[in-house]
Amino acid sequence: MGETHAVTQNILSTHGLTKRFGGLLVSDAVDLEVRTGELHSIIGPNGAGKTTLINQLTGEIVPDGGKIEFDGTDITTMPSYKRSLLGLARTYQITSIFHEFSALENVALAAQAHSGHSYGVWRPASRDPALNEPSHRALEQVGLVAKRHVVAGELSHGEHRQLELAMGLVTEPKVLLLDEPMAGMGRVESAFLSKLLASLKGRYTIVLIEHDMDVVFALADRITVLVYGKAIACGVPSEIRASLEVKRAYLGERYAAG
Amino acid sequence: MSFPEPISPRSPRFLVGVVILLVLALVPQISDAIGESYYVTIVTRILIFGLAASSLNLILGYGGLVSFGHALYLGIGAYAVGLLSFYGVSNGWIHLAATVGLCAIVSLLTGLVCMRTSGMGFIMITLAFAQMFFFLGVSLKQYGGDDGLKISSRSNFEPLFSIEGNTGLYYFSLILTLGVLYLTWRFVNARFGRVLRGSKSNIQRLKVLGFPILRFQVLTYVISGCVCGVAGLLLGNFTKFASPAYMYWTVSGDLIVMVILGGIATVMGPLVGAAVYVVLETILSSYTQHWMVILGPMILVIALTATRGVWGLFPRGEAPNWEKRTP
Repeated sequence: MGETHAVTQNILSTHGLTKRFGGLLVSDAVDLEVRTGELHSIIGPNGAGKTTLINQLTGEIVPDGGKIEFDGTDITTMPSYKRSLLGLARTYQITSIFHEFSALENVALAAQAHSGHSYGVWRPASRDPALNEPSHRALEQVGLVAKRHVVAGELSHGEHRQLELAMGLVTEPKVLLLDEPMAGMGRVESAFLSKLLASLKGRYTIVLIEHDMDVVFALADRITVLVYGKAIACGVPSEIRASLEVKRAYLGERYAAG
Repeated sequence: MSFPEPISPRSPRFLVGVVILLVLALVPQISDAIGESYYVTIVTRILIFGLAASSLNLILGYGGLVSFGHALYLGIGAYAVGLLSFYGVSNGWIHLAATVGLCAIVSLLTGLVCMRTSGMGFIMITLAFAQMFFFLGVSLKQYGGDDGLKISSRSNFEPLFSIEGNTGLYYFSLILTLGVLYLTWRFVNARFGRVLRGSKSNIQRLKVLGFPILRFQVLTYVISGCVCGVAGLLLGNFTKFASPAYMYWTVSGDLIVMVILGGIATVMGPLVGAAVYVVLETILSSYTQHWMVILGPMILVIALTATRGVWGLFPRGEAPNWEKRTP
């Protein structure tokens, strides 16, 4: 029974989250409920406000109204770095890494935020096993360990996506927010990544924004559909697939027919 | 071009570094041997400005924040010596403590304000603070105002050592400067330095990773200000003079030029930049007072061709791999 309780508990939720950019309503009273342990996908056409929603969850954009709760804490006005320390990690749709650092140092810097303090001025960080070992593991997990000494700026686009994921994983977050992790990836890389996501599923609570509907419907436990800043539907994949409203608004003929 | 500048012990850059250190250790003896005591004072000047430029490099080179008011701390250091001497306090340790204390307070207060801005705002606000102190110095008529304040005798560190003579001051400056360079090297490669370098690279990402970055930036600015203050203390002792001119904005500009000329975000760069700057100034200004006409194009060439300045021209070789193998 205890387990059922844990599964249905919301680790991350928003209540009436609202954000305007000038006259444009990008988050229209969004109620999002992410349960502990699930892979929750957010889908919606371009410009639906998916990334803006993520940015509000991480504190990079301040909402105009509403509330965000994470792990029982109201984090609506909490600065980004504190949310991260509570266990909220993200990746970016447009790669955001440290281009001058090696792949390993990128991940180690992410690890450093969660490992002891960072005011050390004497011992070389590059030789700190408390940082290198988890970073090494995370790079192994995403299949980038062979390129750990390559300067990040010289990695390919697909490798940047892998690196971002490793930077998210290394801190073992309570919730991992993935903003289009497959954007711009080739077929082989995408297949690798979707297999990787499948292996992460169940071990982490994941919020996944993704345009590849095959991946979303294969992996997601639940799906929230966002259209013009409004969450128009939320449910398990079969419900979303069946919903007329969603078909009309978003999925188009292909899924409407199926 | 990854930048905690890993360096091979067999690279040209490493060898040049060793040669520079050996020469620096023997400057008083060499200038004695050739009968030109003048060289000691030139190299002392290089060391003092090298120290000041190193402090600026911390915040500018590694932190990516262009402080255009670092001369302020040179001034505080020089005036700490000047004013304390004026009131009969000649103890060098008190001078040093006053310098570091004052610089810490001023840099903390101004830093907390400056760090609220970035980019051009940061440049302007650091400049504004330095100019405020410049005019404060000018307005203090009882301490010489515009003309500056003569320092009758140098800071007294006796019985431990004396900097009254030029050789003593030289070695004091040398030890302080090399000490700071070593500490800088430790600092930028340690956890703190990695965060700082990360903030230059991608500050937004760093916040989302979980770093309260403002604290790191303000702390770096304070450390940088205190070190620059020590350079100011040396400058005051060197010239036996404290002048508002030390805080003038062109001096801040000179420090930036030294950092870029020598090699931004390298440990040795600022010292090399100070050497190039002071030597060129000394040689060229004997021909023409418009020596900047020649220095200007040189800076242009360096800025356009060598991203790591003069120091970056020496290849650093294949870096040794420090990473601990994980099972």
